[in-house]
Amino acid sequence: MESAPLLEITDLSVTFRGEAGESTPVRGVSLSVNANETHAVVGESGSGKSVTSLAVMGLLPKASSRISGGAIRYRRRDGLTSDLAHASDGEMRRLRGAEIAMIFQEPMTSLNPVLTIGEQIAEAVRLHLGYDRARAKARAVEMLALVEIPDAARRADDYPHHMSGGMRQRAMIALAMSCNPALLIADEPTTALDVTIQAQVLKLIDRLRLETGMGVLFITHNLGVVAEIANRVSVFYAGEVVESAEKRPLFHAPRHPYTRALLDCLPARAKRDENNRRILNPIPGQVAPVKAGCGFAPRCVHARAWCHEVAPALEAEDGRVIRCHRWQEVA
Amino acid sequence: MLKVIARRAFGLAIVLAIVGAMVFFLTRLAPGDPAALMLGDQASAEDIAKLRETYGLDRPVLVQFGLWLKEVFSGNLGHSIFLQRPVTQALAERAEPTFFLAVFSLLIAACIGIPAGIASAVWRGRMADQAISGFAMLAANIPSFWLGLIFIQIFSVRLGLFPVAGYGSPDAGLLERLRHLLLPASVLGIVNSALITRFTRASMLDVLDADFVRTARAKGLPERKVILRHAFGNALVPIVTVLGLTLALLIGGAIVTETVFGLPGIGNLVVSAVLRRDYPVIQGALLVVAAIYVLINLAIDVLYTLIDPRVRM
Amino acid sequence: MAASLSSVMPATGAALFFRRLFRRKLVLAAAIILLIAIVAALFAALITPFDPGAMRVARRLRAPDGVNWFGTDELGRDVFSRIIWGGRASLGIGAAVVIFSVSIGGLLGLLAGYFRRLDAVIMRIVDALMALPDILLAIFLVAVLGASAFNVILALAIVYTPRVIRVVRASTLVVRELPFVEAARALGVSLHRILFVHVLLNVASPILVQATFIFAYAVLAEAGLSFLGAGVPPDIPTWGTMIASGQQYADRAFWVVLFPGLAIVLVALSLQILGDGLRDMLDPKLRKAL
Repeated sequence: MESAPLLEITDLSVTFRGEAGESTPVRGVSLSVNANETHAVVGESGSGKSVTSLAVMGLLPKASSRISGGAIRYRRRDGLTSDLAHASDGEMRRLRGAEIAMIFQEPMTSLNPVLTIGEQIAEAVRLHLGYDRARAKARAVEMLALVEIPDAARRADDYPHHMSGGMRQRAMIALAMSCNPALLIADEPTTALDVTIQAQVLKLIDRLRLETGMGVLFITHNLGVVAEIANRVSVFYAGEVVESAEKRPLFHAPRHPYTRALLDCLPARAKRDENNRRILNPIPGQVAPVKAGCGFAPRCVHARAWCHEVAPALEAEDGRVIRCHRWQEVA
Repeated sequence: MLKVIARRAFGLAIVLAIVGAMVFFLTRLAPGDPAALMLGDQASAEDIAKLRETYGLDRPVLVQFGLWLKEVFSGNLGHSIFLQRPVTQALAERAEPTFFLAVFSLLIAACIGIPAGIASAVWRGRMADQAISGFAMLAANIPSFWLGLIFIQIFSVRLGLFPVAGYGSPDAGLLERLRHLLLPASVLGIVNSALITRFTRASMLDVLDADFVRTARAKGLPERKVILRHAFGNALVPIVTVLGLTLALLIGGAIVTETVFGLPGIGNLVVSAVLRRDYPVIQGALLVVAAIYVLINLAIDVLYTLIDPRVRM
Repeated sequence: MAASLSSVMPATGAALFFRRLFRRKLVLAAAIILLIAIVAALFAALITPFDPGAMRVARRLRAPDGVNWFGTDELGRDVFSRIIWGGRASLGIGAAVVIFSVSIGGLLGLLAGYFRRLDAVIMRIVDALMALPDILLAIFLVAVLGASAFNVILALAIVYTPRVIRVVRASTLVVRELPFVEAARALGVSLHRILFVHVLLNVASPILVQATFIFAYAVLAEAGLSFLGAGVPPDIPTWGTMIASGQQYADRAFWVVLFPGLAIVLVALSLQILGDGLRDMLDPKLRKAL
C-alpha cells in the first residue's frame, strides 16, 4: 500500500429505530478500499453489508436510522479527506454520482420507468460535469457504447422497459460511470441476472476499473463472484467483519470458521473434498442481536463455552484480520 | 393501445346508453301525464292531446323510447315549454359559466391538493402530514353551500371584496367574469382538494420507496428534483385520473354552489327545471353531463399513454 | 381480512374490538360526538328547551344569549332546539339511507360477485349510475318521485347503493376463491347458505366501513337537497332546510346559518373519522393508501 486508501471505514456502527426498539445491523466495521482495487464484501443477507454501503453513500433512511459510531474517511479528488459519516447533506450530494457512484441489485426497478435511458444518464452529467443538453446527450451515448450496448445512439432513446435485465444493468453501470467516479459501490449487481450475463457484467466492471483506476467496493453473497473479481475480501457476519484478507490467502487458507464453512459450501470445493465436507449449520431461528460472545458461536462447530460469553477481538496476522478465539487451533 | 381505447370507448358508450334508458324510463315514473307536465298548468286538453301525438305518447312505451333515442342521436334533446326554446339551446346558453367554474375550481383544487399531497407524503407521519390530512378530512366534509354562504358573508358582505352573486353583465370582460367566479371556485376548489390531496399522498407514498428514487438520490440529485421529477413523474397516472374525475364531477355537481352564488349555469338550470318539473331539460342535462363524464374518462385513457411510456405501443 | 374478522366479531371479542378501534384518540372523540348526536336526536323532546316550531315574533333574529343558546331565527324560533330536532330528521334520513343502500347493495353485490351473468348486467347499471354526480342524480330522482322525506331517502339510497355493490362485489370475488368456501361447497353446503353465511360474514367489515362513509355522504347530500328546495319540505326542520330558510338573514343574523352548518360538519367529519378508524383497524393493508 503505497498511498493512503481511497476509502477507509473505521469502527462504523449503524443503528436503526424500529417498532420493536433499536437494532444495530452494523457494529464496529472497518475496511478500506484502495484506488484500482476491488474490495469484495461477502456475507449472507442481513449481515450488514448493504447497510454499510448505504452508509458510505449517505443514503440511509434518515427517519429510522443513524450512524451511531465510527468514521468513513474518503479521499476526495482535490486531495482532501471527508468524513462521510459526518458530512453535510450538501457535501454528500456533491460527491454522490460525481466521485462515488453506486449500482444496485435490481436492474428491473432501479431505473426510472418514465424517463429514457439517455435522459437519466444526461441528467447526472449535466448536474456534475455542467454539460449542456447536447453534450450531455452525446456523453450518454458514449457511455452506453462504453458498456458495450450495441447501437447506443438509438438505445439512448429507449425506456427501461424496452431493455432486458442484463441490458438495464449495463445501462445502470453506464449511468454510474458517466461522471468518472473514483469509487464505485456495486451492491449485488449480478444477483438478479442469468449466469452468462453475470459473467459479462463482472468482466465489464473489472475492465472499467482497469481503464479508470477507480476503487470498487463490491457487495455480494456469492463466493464464486468474489473469486472472479476481488483483490481483497471482507467476510461479514451478523454486522461484523469476521475475516478480511487478500483474495488468494483467503481462498487457499481460510482462517475463520465461518469463512471455512462458506468455502466448503462451494460446489467445486465440496466435490474435491467429498469425504470431510462440512455443512454450514443452519441458522438457529432468527439471528438475534448478540448480547455477549461471538456472533457466529451459535452456528459454529468449533464453539466452546467461552465463545458464547466473550466477544472475540480482531486479530491481525500477515496482512489479514480474523475475529475468532480459536482460529489458531482450528486452522 | 388503440384496441384498448376502442374497447373502453365501447364500454363507455354502453354506459351512456344505460343512462339514457334510465333517464327515459324513470321520467315515465313521474306522477301525472308527461304531456300535461310538459305543457304546464295552463295547458288546454287540446294542446295536451296534440303534444301526446307529436311525442308519440299515445304509443307503447318501447316505441316511445325508440323514437326518443332517434331524436337524441340526431342531436335533438327535446323542447322546453317553460323556456320556449330547444333544450340543446338552453343548455348551450348556460354552458359557459358552468365550464369556467369547473375549470377554475379544478385549478384551485389541484393547486391546493397536489402540493399538499406531496408534502404530506414526504413528511409522512410528522406534524405537517397530520395537519394536511386533517385539513383534507375537514374540507371533504364541509357542505359547499354552507361554506359558500360563509364566504359570501365574510368576503363579499363584510369585506366587500367580491360581488355577492351573479355572473356580471352579459357584455362583461374576462376579468369581471373571473371576479365573479373566484369565490365560488374557491369554495369548490377547497372542498374538492380533499380527494386530490389524499390521492396524491397515496400515490407518492407508493413511489417514494421505489428503487429508482434511490437511484436518483445516488446520482447526487437535489432532493427537490428527486421528489418532483423522479417520484412525482411516476405518481402522475393516478393523479391525472383523480383530476379528470373531479372535473367530470364539477361539471354536473356544482349545482348547489351555482345556486348559492346565483351563477346562471347548468346546475342552476337544473334546479329551476326540477322545481318547475321541466322534464325535457332535466333529461337533457343528465344526458349531457353523463356524456361529458364519458368523454373525460376517454380523455384520461388517452392521457395515460402520453404520461406513461410503458402503456405506449 | 377473514382472520381479523373472526377474532373481532364474536361477542367475546367486543371489548377487544373497541379497545383497538379507540386506540387513536381522534376516533374515540368522533365516536363520542356521534353518540351524543344520536342520543340528542332520540331524546330531542326531553333535551330541547323550546318547542322547535314555537314562534315568538317579539324575539326574532336574537343573537345567542342565556335563553336562546344559539339565537333565534326569522320567526323567533329557538335555533338550538331546532338543531336538535333537525338532527333527528337529518340523522334519521342518513340512517335510513344507510340501511336501504347496504341491504340492497349488499345483496346485489353478493349476487354480482357470485354469478357471472348477473355481474355483467348489474355492473353496467352501477357504471351508469356512477357516471352522474351524486347530487345531480339525487335531484333528478327526487324530481321524478316527488319531494318528501321518504323519497329523499329512496333517492339517496339509489345514489349510494352502487358504492356498496362495488365494495361487496370486489370482496365477494376475493372470498369466493378462498379455500374455506371451496371446502364448504365440496361438503355439499347449499349455495344460498354459502352466499349468506360464509361470504356475507367475510365481507361484513368492508360493508361496515362503507356504511359509515355513506352515512356521512347522505347527511351532506340531504342538506344539499333540502337547501335547494328539492328535498325535505321546508316545514320539517332539518339542518339543510334551516340553512336554506336562514340564508337571506345571514348578514343580520349569522347564527341561523352558522350553527346548523357546524352541526353538519361535525357529524359528517366524525363519521368519516370513525370510518377511517374502522378501515385502518379491519384492513391494515389499506392504512397507507386512501
